[in-house]
Amino acid sequence: MEESCLNKEKIVCRCEEITEEEIMAAIRGGADTLDAVKKSTRSCMGFCQGRTCKRLIASMLSSYFKRPIEDFLPGSLRLPITPIRLSILADTAISSDFGNEDAHA
Amino acid sequence: MSDSGEKSYDVIIVGAGPAGLGAAIESGKAGARTLLLDENQKPGGQLFKQIHKFFGSKEHFAGMRGFLIGEKLLEEAVKHNVEFRLGARVWGLYPDGCVTATDEENSLNFKGKKIILATGASENALSFPGCTLPGVITAGAAQTFVNVQHVLPGKDFVVVGSGNVGLIVTYQLLQAGANVIKIIEAAPKISGYGVHAAKIRRAGIQILTGHTIISASGRDQVERVIIAKVDENFNPIEGTQQTILCDTVALAVGLSPRIELAGAGGCEMTYSKTLGGVLPVHDDNMETSFEHILIAGDLSGIEEASTALDEGRLAGCRAAYRLGLMTLEDYTSKKVMILNRLAELRCGPFGNKRMLAKEEIWKKAV
Repeated sequence: MEESCLNKEKIVCRCEEITEEEIMAAIRGGADTLDAVKKSTRSCMGFCQGRTCKRLIASMLSSYFKRPIEDFLPGSLRLPITPIRLSILADTAISSDFGNEDAHA
Repeated sequence: MSDSGEKSYDVIIVGAGPAGLGAAIESGKAGARTLLLDENQKPGGQLFKQIHKFFGSKEHFAGMRGFLIGEKLLEEAVKHNVEFRLGARVWGLYPDGCVTATDEENSLNFKGKKIILATGASENALSFPGCTLPGVITAGAAQTFVNVQHVLPGKDFVVVGSGNVGLIVTYQLLQAGANVIKIIEAAPKISGYGVHAAKIRRAGIQILTGHTIISASGRDQVERVIIAKVDENFNPIEGTQQTILCDTVALAVGLSPRIELAGAGGCEMTYSKTLGGVLPVHDDNMETSFEHILIAGDLSGIEEASTALDEGRLAGCRAAYRLGLMTLEDYTSKKVMILNRLAELRCGPFGNKRMLAKEEIWKKAV
């Protein structure tokens, strides 16, 4: 049946539609950390910011390199932790004394 | 539009689930100017999705249904002058106690002397061919559909995972009129509480251990799944495949602490398999590697609503004590009482493992 062909691919990163095959290719090509896999495949860079696939990729790295999964987690955690509009970011930056202790002095 | 001109508080709590509410009640009660932020329009977190009765002691509202516990806690927080800001998605946390959020229109900036993170957990995913087909959802999503939106997301379900979430959601799907064909579990035995598993079995639902999902397929949505037996390394055994006709797959394969905010805020991290993965290092006062950042609930290790509530209370008391709003004597006696209650919840074959894992984490904080 034609539908089963459609479903052969194993998608690991749903947001960016990155398959297990693509991630394995990156790992074999030298990507040996979550961040390296992320940078070479765009996995973890979609709307959910890796909440879905990070753990799955870490477990692939873990079995490939035969090292415990915690060696590969959590990868980089940076602000903003959730996708926001650029205007929101800009507003925060221009709000005069925000985050600036000296301005209170 | 900017809603800047940051607002200052004694205590800012991120996440209004049981842990956040517990923290807010104690901090508010002690007289701290307390702000509780949540990205959802309703506080209560997962409590409002829980229609089953809870275990534990009187302090944990044993025998009461989850959503009613949520309402009670909410009432108490309001009574203690806790300020709520709902629909506020927090996206940043800075070392000086600044918390940045957005209501999707405006930028919201707050500053707190103490920050309590109670960001909860996110559901783990599985990858298999067909896992992005409509009809593959998480158990939490199924629970939201059924218990909150009162909509059945499918007719014939296969539930993957026999932990408490998988078992409870299965029962609630049955109550809502769905047909749950099977629960499959990769481990050799059922991973949730016997009391929940017994209810499922009495309803005639088979819990198939030692099995995993191989694939889901269908033209526009899930029409069938293939499952197979696994060996001791969880690899599928050739020739054991069977096809199940169904339209929905609910994944209940564990939870992970939602560490993004704590991590981006610079808190030191550690790993505990028993507690769900990577989580912030913390001591038995719920303080992280930063004295002014405290954590509670699933963020500090995946447990239950009752433990989350008590950890929240402990964090709230600690913050109040550090702010000089509670004496050391008062704090110590409250701490002992709460830790005793937590120890009661952390006993038995399941709880004891969590207790030991918690103690390991506390040691790292020294």
